[in-house]
Amino acid sequence: MRRRGGHGTGTRRVRPAPALVLLLLLAGCSGGSQSTLHASGAGARRTEGLWWLFFWISVAVFAEVMTLLGWALWRRRRATARVRGGDALGMVSVLGVAIPFVILAVVYGIGLHDLNALASPPGKNAAVNIEVVGHRWWWEVHYPDQPAAVTANEIHIPIGESVRVRLRTADVQHSFWVPNLMPKTDLIAGKVNETWLYTDEAGNYRGQCAEYCGQQHAFMAFLVVAEPRAQFDAWVTAQAQPTTPTLTAAQQRGKAVFEQGSCASCHTVRGTSADGTVGPDLTTIGSRWSIGAGAAPNDAGHLGGWIANSQTIKPGNAMPPQPVAAQDLPDLVAYLQSLK
Amino acid sequence: MSASTEERPSPSTDPQELARLEQEWGERPSVHSFFSTVDHKRIGRRYMITAGAFFILAGMDAMVMRTQLARPNASILSPEEYDQLFTMHGTAMIFLVATPMFFGFGNFLVPLMIGARDMAFPRLNAFGYWVFLFAGSIMFGSQFLGKAPDGGWFGYVPLTDRPYSLGINLDVYSLGLLFLGVSTTIGAINFIVTALKLRAPGMSLNRVPLFVWAIVGTSFMVIFALPALNLDNAMLFLDRRFGAHFFDPHDGGSTLLWQHLFWIFGHPDVYIIVMPALGIVSAVLPAFCRRGVVAYPLMVLAIVTISIISFGVWVHHMFATGLPQLSYSFFSAASTLITIPSGIQIIGWLATMLRGRIVVRTPFLFVVGFIVTFVLGGFTGVMFAITAFDQQVTDSYFVVAHFHYVLFGGAVFPMIAGVYYWLPKFTGKMFSERLGRWAFWLVFIGFNTTFFPMHVAGLFGMPRRVYTYPGDLGWNIPNLISTIGAYVLAVGLLLVLIGVIHAIRRGAPAEDDPWGGDTLEWGTASPPKPYNFAVVPLVHSLHPMWDERTRTALVEGTILTGHRAVQTSELDGQHERVLEMPEPALVPFVNAVGILVVVLGLLWGWYWVAGAGAVIVAGSLARWLWPPERTPEEAGVAR
Repeated sequence: MRRRGGHGTGTRRVRPAPALVLLLLLAGCSGGSQSTLHASGAGARRTEGLWWLFFWISVAVFAEVMTLLGWALWRRRRATARVRGGDALGMVSVLGVAIPFVILAVVYGIGLHDLNALASPPGKNAAVNIEVVGHRWWWEVHYPDQPAAVTANEIHIPIGESVRVRLRTADVQHSFWVPNLMPKTDLIAGKVNETWLYTDEAGNYRGQCAEYCGQQHAFMAFLVVAEPRAQFDAWVTAQAQPTTPTLTAAQQRGKAVFEQGSCASCHTVRGTSADGTVGPDLTTIGSRWSIGAGAAPNDAGHLGGWIANSQTIKPGNAMPPQPVAAQDLPDLVAYLQSLK
Repeated sequence: MSASTEERPSPSTDPQELARLEQEWGERPSVHSFFSTVDHKRIGRRYMITAGAFFILAGMDAMVMRTQLARPNASILSPEEYDQLFTMHGTAMIFLVATPMFFGFGNFLVPLMIGARDMAFPRLNAFGYWVFLFAGSIMFGSQFLGKAPDGGWFGYVPLTDRPYSLGINLDVYSLGLLFLGVSTTIGAINFIVTALKLRAPGMSLNRVPLFVWAIVGTSFMVIFALPALNLDNAMLFLDRRFGAHFFDPHDGGSTLLWQHLFWIFGHPDVYIIVMPALGIVSAVLPAFCRRGVVAYPLMVLAIVTISIISFGVWVHHMFATGLPQLSYSFFSAASTLITIPSGIQIIGWLATMLRGRIVVRTPFLFVVGFIVTFVLGGFTGVMFAITAFDQQVTDSYFVVAHFHYVLFGGAVFPMIAGVYYWLPKFTGKMFSERLGRWAFWLVFIGFNTTFFPMHVAGLFGMPRRVYTYPGDLGWNIPNLISTIGAYVLAVGLLLVLIGVIHAIRRGAPAEDDPWGGDTLEWGTASPPKPYNFAVVPLVHSLHPMWDERTRTALVEGTILTGHRAVQTSELDGQHERVLEMPEPALVPFVNAVGILVVVLGLLWGWYWVAGAGAVIVAGSLARWLWPPERTPEEAGVAR
């Protein structure tokens, strides 16, 4: 019951059980891609197994309590029901102390085993290192094995290999959570924490900040892309490269706007004169899954809207509305979309 | 407050002496007596009414939030508004509703249950109420000004520190909670001394009602837990206002220090909230099961055990912070173990029902609702004790579901049961049973419809404290169901309120003992006379009102004249001496106003105002502590 093989998404587990399962299926139809019950990572599988263990124990104990309660209520309807003396010390000791103690001891033991398992990745040594820095409200991602590879809100990992993730924060506490892959680890100011990721299944896994960090805590999401080693290597190598210089005329104009306008004072595009460090590195912005850490889809319309006034899309974020001339905006967007 | 007394059998035979007692203890309604009262019953009712008003406000915060969350990507609220709402909802429910409400119950009931005439320190009691009222008003006032705290009820640094929170919002939080802490601490000390020194003769520790045990256990937890929170908030205020670096990691401070101190307070606080509620359940059940709660020694042991172990579990709120694994395994074990005393009580109540003859009335229904929901909350509680699973679901909606099952199921259901059960004693009026049953079913169904789907949302990966969410993650349906449930729940709670108002205005006069209860409060008039008991009770058993000798003693004993009460020994409840009880006074009110001025001065940075407030505090304290004019011989309490 506690360890499970590979699987896809959707309704894998049709079990006869009370309202809960019904509700799970009900909501499961709409395809929760961030569900702890669609575990794909070695860490999340353990906690999913724990959940079903807890669930069935809870069902059993709840049935016991409801039986006692129902019996007591039914009993009063009988004419022979009498007030009985005695202290029921035996019943309370057995049902209230002895049996719970045994159940809890077993659960604790299994939990301890899983805690130990979560402490280090399968195979002990991690093949890939990643460094994640939390910002209000986005994620900065470094690949120390290729120091030039810097990206934002998107983490690529190879499948079938352990990935060590070092976590620190540039401002307040955050929490790194990819429900399909791994339970949370907090990002604590003044401290470096570590966690790991491991999955055998290629796919996109959504993650999200889980520690309240201010106004846009709701939109501090990221995507973990798990892919075969060759693809992963190609991706990291591409991330480490500066931008390619072949640009159309419109993109050229957009590049000039970017470098000469206020963009460059906060953002970096490697291979250009833009080297700001306040906001995310935009060297590969054109290929990312979203803008604003999950606040909007990454398409021309949203990108233009974001540049003009991101405060309407993600109120409170650090980027002020940009005074880009109307005729320059499409060029700027075209330039950004070319950065892949 | 003067109900008709003619038809009621008076506990003593001499009407003249009773009239004199009434005159010595009674407070004529006037503006002066409104501010100077020290009557524990008036103060207890005020606590309950004020906490009830805060409950309505904090509940409305929740309704606005649920409306926003009904659909994905909603924009009814701005992120800042949502942040203030969820912070105030949590902070108010924990600090301004739950504990003060139970302090209200305790204030009214503890002296009655132990056969005393007032709390041990009546003026301190009045002072505690005024401080609570002022602190709560400051915090809700900030919400009406749009400056409410917005860092979550747990106020984690560095988010709540400079430079991330610059407004006055979190100064309201730190100063407001420090201010309120004065009231809570003083109330707790008062309960402990009252329960240890003012019990009626004969009420040895093994005859103390479980409700009183629960209040005393709670009070001990308050005394040991609150200093950690007060220290935290004092340091936060110093950091924010004067640039101290307690929580600044760049200057040798620690952000985890805040979390440790907060949860050293915060986890015992969960039991500070729930334990008095468990006491209410133990008080309500005997009347509707026609027998005492079984396994009294185990039930008392459970209360004492919880009070102690609750201080060893706080790190389970920090299982994701990256502390050493070994420490997690210890705290995980303690957190798992603490469910056993709660389990003892649940089985104890079930056994009581099985061995009794159940009479189903509204208070009993709410106790049944409590057992169902509290048990469900207990299951998820064990899950959070297991570190690996906790790391997956902490800070998700699964937690929101869990603690509402524990705190609403565990505290609000018994609270409502207690309101119905003691309403005859509080007001002298009976409530409408039909209205009560409607209220129960709406609250029970509404509660479960609201909070059960939150388990699902959490398991589906929905984090808490988000002002909205994307529509493609499977969270839409659980959230919509929750919102619908919240409206049903609100209607149910409104019916409870209507039931109480209806009883006060139109209810039939209540008998002294409408339920056939077992504890001493049912030996007083409904509502009780200002002096509670004309004859100081002589207690012969754990269930004094079911015991012929105690009842006889209440009627046939001699009246204790004067504004006096009896002091007894801590363990055996043996008569020690007669005490002169303090008269009503304005000084507690003035002193509380002084502290209010200090707090407001600090809040706005007008330090000379704070200084002026300190002068008021010092002056009124001097007046308060000035030696009494009468010698013990004159007061008639010399040995």
